[in-house]
Order: sequence, then C-alpha cells, then structure tokens
Amino acid sequence: MATLIPPPTRPTYDRSGLSMRTRCAVQVGAAAAAMSRRVGFAGGMVGGRIALMLHPGCLAELAADRHVALVSGTNGKTTTTAMLAAALGAVGPVASNSTGANMLDGLTAAFAGSPASLVAGEIDEWYLPEAIAQVRPRVVALLNLSRDQLDRSGEIRRLTCRLAEVAALPDPAVFVANRDDPHVVLAVRAAARVVWVAAGSDYSLDRASCPNCGHQLQVEGEGWSCPRCGLLAPPPQWRLTGDCLTAPDGRQILISTAVPGPVNLSNAAIAVVAATLMGVPPDVAADAAASVRNVAGRYATVCHDDHQVRCLLAKNPAGWAAVLDLVAGQDEPMVIAINAAQADGRDTSWLYDVPFERLAGRQVVATGDRAADLGVRLSYAEVAHHTVDDPIRALRLVPAGAVTLVADYTSFHRTQRRLGLPVR
Amino acid sequence: MTESAVRIAILFPDLLGTYGDRGNATVLARRLRWRGHRSEVVDVPADRPVPASCDLYLLGGGEDIAQQEAVRLLDRGGFPAAVAAGATVLAVCAGLQILGTASLDVTGETQPGLGLLELTSRPGPRRAIGEMVAHTNPALGLADPLLTGFENHRRLTSLGPGAAPLATVDIGTGNGDGTEGVAAGRVIGTYLHGPVLARNPALADRLLAFATRSSIDPTDPPDLESLRQAALRRAAQRRSRWRGARDRMSLRRWASPGIRDM
Repeated sequence: MATLIPPPTRPTYDRSGLSMRTRCAVQVGAAAAAMSRRVGFAGGMVGGRIALMLHPGCLAELAADRHVALVSGTNGKTTTTAMLAAALGAVGPVASNSTGANMLDGLTAAFAGSPASLVAGEIDEWYLPEAIAQVRPRVVALLNLSRDQLDRSGEIRRLTCRLAEVAALPDPAVFVANRDDPHVVLAVRAAARVVWVAAGSDYSLDRASCPNCGHQLQVEGEGWSCPRCGLLAPPPQWRLTGDCLTAPDGRQILISTAVPGPVNLSNAAIAVVAATLMGVPPDVAADAAASVRNVAGRYATVCHDDHQVRCLLAKNPAGWAAVLDLVAGQDEPMVIAINAAQADGRDTSWLYDVPFERLAGRQVVATGDRAADLGVRLSYAEVAHHTVDDPIRALRLVPAGAVTLVADYTSFHRTQRRLGLPVR
Repeated sequence: MTESAVRIAILFPDLLGTYGDRGNATVLARRLRWRGHRSEVVDVPADRPVPASCDLYLLGGGEDIAQQEAVRLLDRGGFPAAVAAGATVLAVCAGLQILGTASLDVTGETQPGLGLLELTSRPGPRRAIGEMVAHTNPALGLADPLLTGFENHRRLTSLGPGAAPLATVDIGTGNGDGTEGVAAGRVIGTYLHGPVLARNPALADRLLAFATRSSIDPTDPPDLESLRQAALRRAAQRRSRWRGARDRMSLRRWASPGIRDM
C-alpha cells in the first residue's frame, strides 16, 4: 500500500505568503464573480478566468503548500469529487469545485474562494496535465478515459503522451487509477507511484482494441491484456466486488451510495481510495461518500408546474449507457436536451453510438439547440417523438406527473436555471 | 420473387468507429426497410476474416494506430477482391486515407495504404475541425447536391489524375485544395461525419442504388430539413471573419495556458 499522506497540521493555510499580483488578481476576480452572480450568471468560473488572465501563475501560487487531490476522467468526475470532498471533510475544512466548473478557471476559483488546507478539485481530463504541472497535487484520481467532445479533444493518444510527461515530474503525485480501463492504464503506467483499483469499467471490454498498438485485447477472468504489445491490466491493490471494497490489507469496506446506479459505486470506491491516501480512515470515507445525494443538481427532482422533473446529465455514449440502464424498467416520459455548444463538443455524431432503440414505445421529446439532430437520430432508431427547441416548452408536451429530463452539459445548466434551481 | 437481403458490412467497428460511424449502417438499413427492402448488417471485428460477399462495405474514422492496424488486416482479407469485383464502399476520414496508396504521419514517416485508389495523405498545418458545406460532383447525379457534415482531421489528401473528388468545398477544409473526398466507381470516400449519411440522405440513396443496382425513392425523417438548414447556418458562422476575431479574443483561450492545439 502506498504511503499515507499525513493530514495537514493546520486546517487553513496562510495567505500572507501570496504575492501582491496574485492577491490583486484574486480580488478583481472575486469582484467580477459577484457582479456576474448579481446579473444571474455563473460566478465561479468568471472569477477564476479573470484572476488567471491578470496573473497566469496565480493558480500555482494559490495551490502551494496545500493538500490537493484532483479527480479527472471522462465520466463521473463531478460525483466523485463531491464524494471525495465529503470524505476529506471528516478531517478538516475542504475547498472544492464540485459543481462541474472543471477547467483551470473553475479550479482557480475553488482555490481563491477558500483558505482550507485540504482541496478536492475536479479537472477536465484534457486540462489534467496542465493542472498537475501547476497545482502539484498529492493524489490524482483517474476514473476512465473514453470518447467525449471529439471535436475539442483531437486524439486521445496525445493526452496519454502529455500525461506521461507530467507523471515524470519530480516529486510526483500518487495516481489512483482504474485498472479496468485500458486507456487509463496506458496513460499512467509511466507514473512513479500508482495505486491500482479494480473499479469496473463503464464500457465493454469485449472487442476493444489495444490503445497502444491496435491489436484486439484478450479478456481473461477479471483481467485483460494485449497479446501483441503486452499492455495488460496491472494487479489491483484495491478491488471492488459488487458493493464491497477490499483494501490491500484484506480489510473489507461496504460501499453504498445515495446517488443511483452501479457506475456510482465505482466512483465511490475511487473516492474512498483517494481519501484514504489523503489520511482519512477508509470506513469514515465510505460513510461520508454514501451521504452525497445531490451533485450540482444532477439526480435531483424538481417540481415545475404539474411535473416532477428528474434531472440527469449525459454527454457521451458511456454516460448514456448508465442513463439507459437507470431508466429501464420504468415508463416515465423522457425529455432529451442536446445543445452541442462549445463546452459540450459541437459534433453530434456520438448520438449514433447511443442505443436509443431501447427507448422505443416510450413518450420522448427531443429538445435543445440541436433538437433536429437528435430528432433525426430518434427517427432512425424508430422512436416516435416530438421535436421542440425550447426545453421548458418540451416539458409542457408531456402529461402531468413524473418525467425524466436528460441533458448534455450546457443544456443541463441552462434548463436548471430556468427551472428555478440555484445558479452556481 | 423474393428479393435477397442487401448485406452491409461494418469493417472493424472496434478499430474504426470514432465518430458514430455505425450510424451510417443504421441509416442504410432503415432506409432500405422503409422502402420494403430487406437488409443485413454484418459486424466484422478486427479478429474475423473480412467476407468478400457483402454488397456494401463501411469504413469509419480512427486514430493513427488503429488506421495502421486496419491497413494490415484489410490487405490480407477479402476486402481488396470485393472492391475489385465492384462492391460499394463508403470510407470516412481515416477510412478514406486507408484506401489510398500512402499516408505521411506527423513524424514524417510514410505509412502504406491499401492502394485501391489513387490518393495520398499528409499532415496539414493544423487540425481541420468544424462544419463543412460542399457541392457534390454533378457526375454522381445526387437528388440534392448540397453536402453538410462535421470534419475533424489533421491530414490533407491529394487525388491522383485517376481519382475524381466527391465534391467541391464551399465552407471548410476537406482535402485541403478546395476539393472534398473521392468518388471512383462505386467507392465513395469523405471527410464528413455527422454521420454523413444521416445528414445527407441523397448520398445514402446513391450508395443504395449502387448496391442494389436499382433506383431508390426519396424518403426522409421529419426533422431532416431543419437539421440541414441549421447546419448551413453554423457553417456560415465558421466562415464569418467577425466570429473568427471574436474567438481569438475569447477569454477561454486566455484562461487555458498551454492548451492551444487541443
């Protein structure tokens, strides 16, 4: 088992060491954030963005001498960060950006907004190398890497190369990495210190090809390997079986979650391992993670007119696989909102990798800026549907009662605001 | 008379499937069914031999590693023979480059292609990403010659004298010289995804006409027209110089030190 990192000796860190430039940048950023909130827009990101503009080095300075754990991956970052923040909260005050504002600006806002010594930071996977270089975290949890926002990201292999570069920095972070995801294994296997967790994978390994050489992977028992280049699932130190997490010393910890779906058991397991490395006893961490129920409005149910709207976020095929499992076996009408704005990725091709055929027979409304793209996809899936650009008008098309709203990132936030949920 | 099913092969979905490429098979199969034709979609994973007996072969997009592996596997399977015998092919992005004689990669090394079409690919100055609009080569006789789709590629393609372009570019990059894709007999290659056949049903029907050797009546989902109109508007924004300037000024870029070409 990797060495435990002793918890910080003081609950808050001393800001007097900050440079004048950083202090000014943070002050101006905070003022801009307050103004942005007053006019009804998100605050945190704006503040962080302005602070970084005024002083690009302020993030590194704000992060120095703090105990930071970063959470990254394609799916589950926000939920896992919330669980990790709850777990770290058992030993002291925690700063966190567990609201989905997960680029460098959102991270900067989290650091600027709280003097807590412990930080649970969510970071978009494409910004992870840069964030590691600036923040120098003690722990980095990497959940999974799959296709997401293809037009923004280019190729996944380049991320792998850049991660390997930062993993080679002196005094590196301990990676908590999911050994069931071949892309994750390829990305962090060069790191000096990795704690491997068998946490399950959100996509099928059958017929997966090796991310390193392209050959088909072999799946044997609980492991996988590439017969050509030799990339293989490393032996795990921690293992999640059902809802039981087995520690390296054989101790068993029961994982339970208030948020639904097996994906979240996997997220909770990774959060518990990361918290353990930050000095929280694993059973205390598991209890804290289990209490997380409303993650930045996701999974929340909102009453609006005659509807009880259950809000889910899904922005790629892996996220949708979890959603389709979650809604299987009930017949609530569904409103699906796709914006495909810059932050979502503008290419909607991935809609054809989602088996929407499973929604046949259900009442479905396609909505969002790209409602027509979704509508054409649903037609080819032979799912009868209505198409309305405006999500609130879309809700009015379904009968009173329970309805499931599934939205991509920007439409989720925009719709939540219009449904009267608090703005972050 | 019972008509035999049109067999549609998805080649190596495990290697070449980055951009919802399976969707092209879904579109072809549904469009056949809506007109009362039967079809069979055959998944050909990378560890299976490629059947030579299919009517239509689909090649999708993928990263460099996957592309090289696909060339190795296709070269020794039934695919080159099927193409020589007149099978219909739709090759998207990496699939298009695979059909050519060679691809230069970013390190300057030459990777061999299948050599089925006279074209070569080389890295361009930057990734071409965004909405594209193009006009189809009139020789294809498409019912609606306007093509829209999303491109996302680093390489550019040069066609040899024996290969005709699929289209001329109105907005976007395509092959990099004002042309887009390739059309050679029953083989169509393109940089467009979205997937391309969902967004351009006239092209889907042209491929079906190739494969069934008969004409196909048009039929479209209700949301299609609004999808195509919106795609044209977005592509026009890509061209707008004002928007380009605004993007360069945007705070997002400033706030992301070190992240430029992602």
